Amino acid sequence: MATTKERAYKYVGARVRKMDALERVTGRAAYGADITLPGMLVGKVLRSPHPHARILSIDTTKAEALPGIYAVVTAKDLPPMEKVAGSIGGELTITLIDLRKMTIAHDKALFDGHAVAAVAAVSPEVAERALELIDVKYEVLPPVEDAVEAMKPDAPLLHEDLSTRSLGERAKRPSNVAAYVENSFGDVDKGFAEADLVHETTYDTKMVHQGYLEPTTAVVSAQSDGKLTVWSSTQGTFGVRRTLSQLLDLPQHRINVIPTEIGGGFGGKVYAILEPITAMLSLKANRPVKLVMSRSEVFRATGPGSPMHAVIRTGVKRNGRLTACYAKIILDAGAFPGAPVWGAGAVSFGPYKTDNLKIEGYDVVTNKPRVQAYRAPGGTPIAFAIESHMDEVAEKLGIDPLQFRILNAPGEGDKGTSGQPYNRIGMKEVLRRLSQHPCWTSPAPKGPHRGRGLALGYWPGATLTSSAVVQVLPDGGISLFSGQVDLTGTRTTMAQMVADEMQVPIENVSVRVADTETAPYTDLSAGSRTTYSMGAAVHEACKDALAQLKTHAAQHFKSPKEDVEYANGVFWVRENTEQRVDLQTVAGNSTRLASGPICGYGTVTRLQPAHQFAAHVADVEVDPETGKVTILRYTTFQDVGKAINPTMVEGQMQGGALQGIGWALTEYYDYSKGMMRNPTLLDYRMPTALDIPMIEAVIVEVPASDGPYGARGIGEVPIVPPAGALANAIYRATGRRLHTLPMTPQEVWGAIHSK
Amino acid sequence: MPKIPLAFKVNGDTQEILVQPWQTLLEALRDELGLTGTKEGCSNGNCGACTVMVDGRAIVSCCTLAAEVEGQSVITVEGLAKGGNLDPLQEAFIEHGALQCGFCTPGFLVSARAFLNQNPHPSEHEIRLAIAGNLCRCTGYDKIVRAIMDVAQKGA
Repeated sequence: MATTKERAYKYVGARVRKMDALERVTGRAAYGADITLPGMLVGKVLRSPHPHARILSIDTTKAEALPGIYAVVTAKDLPPMEKVAGSIGGELTITLIDLRKMTIAHDKALFDGHAVAAVAAVSPEVAERALELIDVKYEVLPPVEDAVEAMKPDAPLLHEDLSTRSLGERAKRPSNVAAYVENSFGDVDKGFAEADLVHETTYDTKMVHQGYLEPTTAVVSAQSDGKLTVWSSTQGTFGVRRTLSQLLDLPQHRINVIPTEIGGGFGGKVYAILEPITAMLSLKANRPVKLVMSRSEVFRATGPGSPMHAVIRTGVKRNGRLTACYAKIILDAGAFPGAPVWGAGAVSFGPYKTDNLKIEGYDVVTNKPRVQAYRAPGGTPIAFAIESHMDEVAEKLGIDPLQFRILNAPGEGDKGTSGQPYNRIGMKEVLRRLSQHPCWTSPAPKGPHRGRGLALGYWPGATLTSSAVVQVLPDGGISLFSGQVDLTGTRTTMAQMVADEMQVPIENVSVRVADTETAPYTDLSAGSRTTYSMGAAVHEACKDALAQLKTHAAQHFKSPKEDVEYANGVFWVRENTEQRVDLQTVAGNSTRLASGPICGYGTVTRLQPAHQFAAHVADVEVDPETGKVTILRYTTFQDVGKAINPTMVEGQMQGGALQGIGWALTEYYDYSKGMMRNPTLLDYRMPTALDIPMIEAVIVEVPASDGPYGARGIGEVPIVPPAGALANAIYRATGRRLHTLPMTPQEVWGAIHSK
Repeated sequence: MPKIPLAFKVNGDTQEILVQPWQTLLEALRDELGLTGTKEGCSNGNCGACTVMVDGRAIVSCCTLAAEVEGQSVITVEGLAKGGNLDPLQEAFIEHGALQCGFCTPGFLVSARAFLNQNPHPSEHEIRLAIAGNLCRCTGYDKIVRAIMDVAQKGA
């Protein structure tokens, strides 16, 4: 679709205030835990204290007998598994059979914190007492702690029925390697043979968490008529509906999922992790149940970001041209298959042009919580590897790191990592803007232990399906509703588009995020797809509403519809500007005409991808005494296609950068014998306001080939470059290369003081 | 253990309620008084989402027992706007786009208000230090710091 018109837009591209901000700054916005229903019970979950154990027996009799307990559930309370089929998710899918086992442990507990049983009680105190009374007998098994260990032939097996799917074939022998995938074009062997220099490096990263501030929450009310109403702090209500339908064997029309405000998701609130257990409790107790995870449960039992082990090998000519690119990427999926192998592979050499590419990916299970998407899933760790590697290659060739990247930058028509040629992309423009910016042209920070680093980032983004309904009310006001969850500003950007498309003041537009019973089907808010795909659906819905309005106006004028013109709230007949009728009148009359009230519908599916490129520059100072890294200056560049709302775009760029900085410097799951030792926000150290300076966000606009107004998805790519940029800056400050994340003070100090 | 009678002021109103001896101020505000603007993010004082003012001082209400605030005056995010007018900080957060998901926002607003009341003309560093006990995962803090600086510069 092409929607870029000559007409100047009033709201699209403007710094429109967030529509729902008032509700949020006054404390009135209702998030998951803010929902209270009459007769509501408190749910609590009993979790495995072992990372790997066979469940021999669960005795719930004492808990059930406790006064104030209304339901106790275990895996036995789920309907039979034969009916469960298919996969769910956005950029990281999981089979519903695995999601069922992840919801509540069946025969085995597969990670520290795996749900084993749950209770619903009149108070948290009674619920906790009941958990203590549940007697679970375990046979403790040795845990599989990381992916490389898990691949060894003598490693303990998580799933006796899992074997490696390799290039479409399923192996016979059971294994912790769920899948081996290969992606290649050209001839890497030939490329390496032609190279003047072949360079190989290895990188490791640890498990991290999205760190959304709102703990995972679900409220479910099983009504007497057998209908299930679910309040979910989710990124995708329709996925929750489908999951519940499958796991509980209920038809979808008997389940209504209402999206609450969501206190951050970043990919971590895609699957229904808590809703199924809460629904089981509510169905059994026949009362509403609220389940709110503690922070420790959030860390131990939601879906963190995947750890990586990668080997990168490239071949280059002396002039800096890449001749071959190879990556072996081993990703840890946690307890069930589905690590972000696709995402990591897609990102890897995305910002580099090459004729010969080969990527090998391994999806490996270990005794950790099953990973979920985390903002450009797979992107941050692999970009840390590739961007560190490319800096080393540039240095070996004696080429400036920016010049090296400019030399190898892809443009329209060049092959991306998928082997498909890129449509219009902004990598070169991002690099051009960076090369002229003071963050790069100014002298590198003076003084010892200081350095500047550069890194690139790429993300393809998802598209999927979005739908919207635009109603023109009898007073001329416009109501937009959709099932697209508003993570950080969707209502506002959609209102901007509606106001411009319908050519009305934005004050006349209201936006509702509707429940699954009301809204037409829409995929989840993830994969940088919301503004892109939903925007396109809104555009279609407005077009439909305008066409209906023109039909009505034509009746009013007694002229053919084709002759009716519209601008700024007024209809007229072409070549007869005398006769006019306003939007309000046409809309008001519509309720009394056979052609009926105005209700525009728009839906889009599978737009072209809108590739997203970014570059970050960091200046750092390293304290040689402590190894602490201080960021002196941080600048981000990103091709956003078209910034629908520049304030919100900057917010995404800055927020994503800081999450990447946390990943780079301080955040990790500290595992010992399969147990997470730091499941608190004190010991899992996310950056505070003191840890960073202002983050400059430079918006670059190279219009996308498809989608609304040339906009691209923007949410994910900002998290991709930070670890690489910081690693490269630390190298310039210390002369030491760190090949593992996070680059904590201990690690940096160790590198400085190693021989 | 019997419940404890608690009389205190919340956003200017006198409240008399019964609380469990182990109940936190956060639980009393949210569960007993229905003031759900104050959020629970970690339950052990690390994230600051539950920040409220007690007699003008910013504290984490998840680590404060309800019984401790007997006779004291509590201000929550719901009490920042006065007489239908937003606190200048609330205005500035909206204007600067200093919130995204908004879950941490009540805590930031209360922390910043308590801080600016004590130190009306802070440096950027002092602001960053004052809000270092509040975690935000969406914004990168940039626009939050700018919003608070803006209010400080306008002397509001």
